[in-house]
Amino acid sequence: MIEITVNVDEKLSLNKFNVDEENAHIKLKEGVKASDPEFLKLVKCCPAALYKVPEEGDEPIFDYAGCLECGTCRMICGETILEKWEYPQPTMGIEYRFG
Amino acid sequence: MADFDAIVIGAGCAGNVAAYTLASAGKAVLVVERGNYAGAKNMTGGRIYTHSLAKVFPDYQDAPLQRKITHERISLMSPDSNFTVDYSARELEEAGNESYSVLRGPFDQWLAEKAENAGAEYIYGIAVEDLIIENGKVSGIIAFGDEITADVVILADGVNSLLTSKAGLSKKAPAINQVAVGAKETIELPAEVIESRFLCNPGEGSSWLFAGDCSNGIVGGAFIYANQDSVSVGIVATMSEVLKQDIPVYQMLENFKQRPEIAPLIRDGKTVEYSGHVVPEGGLHMMPEIVGDGVLVAGDAAMLCMNLGYTVRGMDLAVASGQIAGEAAIKALDAGDTSKAGLAQYKTMLDNSFVMRDMKLYESAPEFLETSPMMFRGVPEMLRDIMTPLFKNNGEPRQHVMQIAMPVVKKMGLFKLAKFAMKAVKSL
Repeated sequence: MIEITVNVDEKLSLNKFNVDEENAHIKLKEGVKASDPEFLKLVKCCPAALYKVPEEGDEPIFDYAGCLECGTCRMICGETILEKWEYPQPTMGIEYRFG
Repeated sequence: MADFDAIVIGAGCAGNVAAYTLASAGKAVLVVERGNYAGAKNMTGGRIYTHSLAKVFPDYQDAPLQRKITHERISLMSPDSNFTVDYSARELEEAGNESYSVLRGPFDQWLAEKAENAGAEYIYGIAVEDLIIENGKVSGIIAFGDEITADVVILADGVNSLLTSKAGLSKKAPAINQVAVGAKETIELPAEVIESRFLCNPGEGSSWLFAGDCSNGIVGGAFIYANQDSVSVGIVATMSEVLKQDIPVYQMLENFKQRPEIAPLIRDGKTVEYSGHVVPEGGLHMMPEIVGDGVLVAGDAAMLCMNLGYTVRGMDLAVASGQIAGEAAIKALDAGDTSKAGLAQYKTMLDNSFVMRDMKLYESAPEFLETSPMMFRGVPEMLRDIMTPLFKNNGEPRQHVMQIAMPVVKKMGLFKLAKFAMKAVKSL
């Protein structure tokens, strides 16, 4: 078991985001489980740790709000468990001040 | 009659330079950028080699670059040791050879301002949803429901381009052994602290690349770039390789920061931003078609990037490809032919430039890295097993270097090592 010592949400909270509450720009397909090997790929690869395995049960945890818009999940799972991958709506999403 | 001579999609290194080149020649150019300002969606490790920038902007030293790189550091990291080479040479600091650490937020805005001053128009905050394709020719864009037409469209929309495939120039997405995922923290520190920790004079900085245990032994690495008032600390790992092991990318970065060799470098620093990005590391073989009917592709969207392990380049290629795309578009516009044939000289011009010359030279570098696991797990440990006895004095009998090194080398396999070294010098 790999020890996770970092709180990525805390790091994301340092960023400037304009979160589009109305519109999810990335969606998982219906019925995807947290134990799905495809989902577990995203748990490992998403730099923002937006894909999480719950402590109990098999419902995947995913929140697009902290998305860094890198495209990693699209490249790995765009053809498997992602229902859609779009860039956020106009003026929305990450806004790098440093980059 | 089209609305514009040219539409450029994306205000990064390639897009801004293409727009500047076109606007400077009096062409009507529109740049569409989905961020609220140039650079808002962009990030780099990073360092830019400024030779190609200097060709476009003789006053490039006014750009908000961070520090001139005067120390090249490369480390091979095992779980419990770190072997570092620190190289500096006056020649690498001379005009034409030099490189700078850079942050894309300020830098891309400077580039965009240059293009705007030259007459290019910009729309920010809107992503291009689709291309207008008439009789197979790209003749404009659809953005926020509006149709805008142009004689030529330049795709400079980055590594995660959704448009190159829509233009029929690439697959939907690159293969995951050709792309790496990167994560970076920008950590603020006072300038004099940075200079003393990284052994640099005021205004000068260092590049530092790490391979080995920092990516848990898979193809990838870590980096630290010294900026003016911050350091960029990050990790990059090939996606298909991340899947072969258990540590998530974000935890790799944290583990790296906690290393006893790294922690003192960033102590008391304040993380001000966390960023992520994809790096096209597959080289020549992952490039899309870069010329289509009415359309050109430049920069990361064209997958112009090279990772040789000891040096990583992307932005100098982006700048040059943007300039060449702009020049090719000007010629095609002047000749009244922006068909695929009319634009084909972009490819010829790029082939004749350092961009494709270097992409071709390092054609086999990605394969070398992918098929040489010992570079990331094996060689760093071998170095440790040779180096540690050199420095260890504990009263026990010492041995000559030969007696120390030979068993270690034999354990790795002399033939295997020789083959690895041969492959390395041929492909890098």
